[in-house]
Amino acid sequence: MGMKPKQHLLLDKLSKAYPLGRKRPGAPKRFLQAVDQVSLEVAQGETLGLVGESGCGKSSLARLILQLEKPTSGTMALDGIDLSTLRPKELKAARQRFQMIFQDPYASLNPRMKARAIIAEALINYRMGNASEIRQRVEELAQQVGLSPFHLDRFPHELSGGQCQRIGIARAIALSPELIVADEPVSALDVSIQAQILNLIVRLQAQMGLTLIFISHDLSVVSHVADRVAVMYLGRIVELGQTRQLFDRPAHPYTSTLLSAVPRPTPAGRHRRSEVTGELPSPIDPPSGCHFRTRCSHADARCTQEVPALRVINGAQQAACHHAERILATLHQNNIEIDNA
Amino acid sequence: MSPANTLAIHDLTVSIGGTPILKGVSFDVAPGQVMGLVGESGSGKSMTALAIMGLLPPKAEASGDIRLQDVAVPWADDAAMRKVRGREVGMIFQEPMTALNPLMTIGDQVAETIRVHTKVSNSAALETAARMLERVGLSNERFPLSRYPHELSGGQRQRVAIAIAIALTPKLLIADEPTTALDVTVQAQVLDLIADLRRDLAMSVILITHDLGVVANAADRMMVMYAGRIVEEAPVEKLFARPSHGYTAGLLQSLPGAQTGHRSVLNEIPGSVPRLDKPVAGCVYAPRCSFATDACAAPLPPAQLIEPQHTSRCIHPDRVYEGIRNTEIVSAWA
Repeated sequence: MGMKPKQHLLLDKLSKAYPLGRKRPGAPKRFLQAVDQVSLEVAQGETLGLVGESGCGKSSLARLILQLEKPTSGTMALDGIDLSTLRPKELKAARQRFQMIFQDPYASLNPRMKARAIIAEALINYRMGNASEIRQRVEELAQQVGLSPFHLDRFPHELSGGQCQRIGIARAIALSPELIVADEPVSALDVSIQAQILNLIVRLQAQMGLTLIFISHDLSVVSHVADRVAVMYLGRIVELGQTRQLFDRPAHPYTSTLLSAVPRPTPAGRHRRSEVTGELPSPIDPPSGCHFRTRCSHADARCTQEVPALRVINGAQQAACHHAERILATLHQNNIEIDNA
Repeated sequence: MSPANTLAIHDLTVSIGGTPILKGVSFDVAPGQVMGLVGESGSGKSMTALAIMGLLPPKAEASGDIRLQDVAVPWADDAAMRKVRGREVGMIFQEPMTALNPLMTIGDQVAETIRVHTKVSNSAALETAARMLERVGLSNERFPLSRYPHELSGGQRQRVAIAIAIALTPKLLIADEPTTALDVTVQAQVLDLIADLRRDLAMSVILITHDLGVVANAADRMMVMYAGRIVEEAPVEKLFARPSHGYTAGLLQSLPGAQTGHRSVLNEIPGSVPRLDKPVAGCVYAPRCSFATDACAAPLPPAQLIEPQHTSRCIHPDRVYEGIRNTEIVSAWA
């Protein structure tokens, strides 16, 4: 290993609160805290997996990173440049550097445009050459994502979900971006097509040296793709660590909860009861202290009063839990017992 | 004589506008059994469910025999089917919001099903509705009958949909991707609920899903469907321990998981689901199958018995098994 990879994306206490109506006239204004003080560093070429239940703020965070929303507070920098300070023209130029792959391959493509026009749109917008140059580039891109030339003359409704997602990917890489945010890119696809698209994303990322933020609720997909994983709960990052370490030895009880809830095609999972109780509380009026305490079996008085900070627990692993050390120690103890059994 | 099967389907064939959608589907569901039905979109899973409910599209041409506890289901007769739906067979869908009426309270929606099928007073129906909502885990204290669907989370809505489906304690519950739209934590709770109901009400369940993990957790038997046919069927532990169809093997191999190295190339099933309007004499899956030989193009023989209770439509079951027996999932079940 050579020098430390350079920090590409830097989020510093990034927050987003959406104002809501008052409950009644004169009552205090209410806010939905979608993203709460998120700080993250992502290295060039790294894949960061972002997991959590719906409503945890994953997609809001993606929208902040892509400058589709303005943060309420905090900053976000790409290669040291604070994007929120850019003027509209500068921001448009900067947008070439970060692109997005969406969940629903049909909904994210214009149904009135042929595949060729969809992929060419960004190239035309950014004046990436004359008509014949753009035509050639579109054909190169199609080949890169595994589409045949005849697919380019089809409308989205004439193509399968997997082929549409390939168009979405070709569009995302058309301007040779450095950063791609993929929001649930395979969850709308059939199992047999998922593997094709995952292989494609991993291959393109390696070829292009892309930094990838991979959002998914499917933990087995994230564990396959991501170098590091951030677990979100009600707007906060509750655990962050190297993928293997985090999956094998989760330090935050919410991470364990998520992992235990995934049904796996193994005999151990046969007719197993879930350990999870309750549902995600409302982000409008979240529990005090640790947001997860209402569903946590380790919660005590301290968790009600004190917001746990995201702190280093074990090497590169960080967790926002007052009892992380104790939980890890118990986990370790149990593993030894299982090994000896 | 053993008690009649809850559901017996024999040679169900459905085509729409000349395009075959289901081809000779036959299977039984025993009392209290959870039958998992796995396959991709377009494989015929949902069409099978709709046929049982008598909800096939008007243009569909169908033949075959569907029996509930040995009584033929009048699935082509809509008026007669109204007595069956809800009372004998309950169904829940993937998207709980679209399955519920947004303008009706949850109490009225459960009570409606009861009033349509039984001669009870409004208040008696509401009383039963309250009991059913408690049964699915929505306490009347926190979720009074006067709640509307938009006031509930996705998981809670699915519970209401389940309460409607089981309000008249049907013999069979068809759950079509009941947890696909839900988070994993909520999915686990809904699967627990279905398991409890099956046990307490001695109900049979058809669980339609694309998720092999869900089937492995919740089903007793399973069927794998591809292009309108059941290609493999067995008790869950037998099917995972000895996958005997190229398509089943392809599905298992393409799963990302512990057995695949981090960021390694996943096994792809090449191509996509075939068009159903072009008849194929041999195995429909052969063009995508990594185990296929020239023999797969010959007309397909009937399903063959791999071991007791385990059938496959593949002509190379041993080849498939040899190719996949050392993967982590299969060896875990061996």
